[in-house]
Amino acid sequence: MKIAIASGKGGTGKTFVSVNLAYSLEKNVKLLDCDVEEPNSNIFLKGDFISKQQSSLLVPKLINDLCDGCRICQNVCQFNAIVVLAKKAMVFEDLCHACGFCTLACPQKALYEVEHKIGEVTHFQKGAIELIEGRLDVGKALAVPVIRDVKSNIKLNETVIIDSPPGTSCPMVWAVQESDLVILVAESTPFGLHDFKLALESVNEMKIPCAVIINKDGLGDNRLEKYCQNENIKILGKIPYDRKIATSYSHGAILVKEDKFYDQQFKQIWKEIENFIKEASFEK
Amino acid sequence: LKNNNIKELVVLSGKGGTGKTTITAAIASLVDSLVLADCDVDAADLHLLTQPKIIEQNKFIEGKEAIVNLDKCTGCGLCASMCRFDAFKQLDDGLYSVVEVKCEGCGLCVHYCSEKAIDFVDRDCGIWMISETRFGTMVHARLKPAGENSGLLVSLVRKEARKIAQKEGKKLILVDGPPGIGCPVISSVTGSSAVLLVTESTLSALHDLSRVAQLAQNFEVPVYVVINRADINIEVSEAIKKECEKLKVNFVGMIPFDKQIVNSQLAGQSVIEYISTETKNIIKDIWERVWTTM
Repeated sequence: MKIAIASGKGGTGKTFVSVNLAYSLEKNVKLLDCDVEEPNSNIFLKGDFISKQQSSLLVPKLINDLCDGCRICQNVCQFNAIVVLAKKAMVFEDLCHACGFCTLACPQKALYEVEHKIGEVTHFQKGAIELIEGRLDVGKALAVPVIRDVKSNIKLNETVIIDSPPGTSCPMVWAVQESDLVILVAESTPFGLHDFKLALESVNEMKIPCAVIINKDGLGDNRLEKYCQNENIKILGKIPYDRKIATSYSHGAILVKEDKFYDQQFKQIWKEIENFIKEASFEK
Repeated sequence: LKNNNIKELVVLSGKGGTGKTTITAAIASLVDSLVLADCDVDAADLHLLTQPKIIEQNKFIEGKEAIVNLDKCTGCGLCASMCRFDAFKQLDDGLYSVVEVKCEGCGLCVHYCSEKAIDFVDRDCGIWMISETRFGTMVHARLKPAGENSGLLVSLVRKEARKIAQKEGKKLILVDGPPGIGCPVISSVTGSSAVLLVTESTLSALHDLSRVAQLAQNFEVPVYVVINRADINIEVSEAIKKECEKLKVNFVGMIPFDKQIVNSQLAGQSVIEYISTETKNIIKDIWERVWTTM
């Protein structure tokens, strides 16, 4: 079972929900922190370090003597990442998308590929939770390859929770695709509802079953809940706006660990998730 | 030619949901002469507070995408084996098609397909608009759901905002930025006059703030920091202040949690327009500190 936690708007509680779901399951679970631009899960989990791998792109490198300045590499590159200056090709690694086209196309075989580091993937363990965190290096543009490296750790028949990046574009798409269920964490404010609808559109585009957890319930209005009811979108649970939660979150605590009431609530959300996935696969 | 009299302030945060758009709209209420740019192109919210009247709308066509012509495809699978982005899926009849959201638009498959069965077409990535608002002209955009090229759309929105600022003789371009530190954030920061980081008193926000502050400093852009909802955790707020000293960035103030801020959003107004509490004066002071030193 692969569950992606996403949102559209930032700061609605993706990491909060991901970590507390993982913790309240009390079974082996893999938590993938795919918000690689700003990974926060381990601030809460404080897992023991297990191992670390580099995340890199295969970028072209020039063998100077072989280049005759023919410009074929420059012409095939869609990303302006390789340019011929003074009759020699020059690579701009930070623009390169690592498609491999230039290296294949070079008639002089003057290009070969080397690894260019853009981030790290780190494994942590905390009890039954294995956390795999992706972390984009500051100054690097492409989050998707790091997300792909994190997700390459998914094995068959595991319970996996994916803490996704905010937004509705490529990083979010790569994080949630091929999940069995996307849970959108949303708050019922005008910004929250607006961005929730955008995220919903993206998830529907990918044809993945989708359900909602309403967070900070009571802050704002009730338009989100009404919208979900009208559109027949399953609400898996509602977490109230509670200063106690805000404080616990602010200093990096895991809510369900210190609060029995919310632990029960997250266990109930798990039941709702299991029922929802059963029904969704039955409908297929 | 770049007009150096125009300042461009980019509002960022690292972590999402800390109050970028709230602060952007508040500043917009305090400045007479500005152009607004919403560069959070895949979850734009600024229009909910500014109620723009759209005067110009354009398609955002950027880059290309591969599309298989199934009449020519023989199902050899060369495309799928060469694609670095795993963007091909095999259909039930053995032929191949492109998974649109996975296609990076590199064109490799188009070139190497032995049947010439793959077309390379312009990619429709969304729309961008120029609008009138009560604060001034606003440039904003809407990326297609699950869309590509958000970084290039950000660059375009900023470029158009600058053109308008020059034409209208405005002093400030105020940019509502995206969360994170990746491609759209880099596109928002490069070449701007200053960055205002809106953070909150949580350890997550502190962690994320450090990363985005370093990013701005890598591009040699001056950084200002404001803490929103600063009273949720005073200790963390103090830690953020220390971090600002360490990073040598300008700390400009703290805004308390104020439910009126949520209410102003419900009313579709900026905080400055809506509330009468002390929070309003605090935000005015913060803006003074930024504007007089920018």
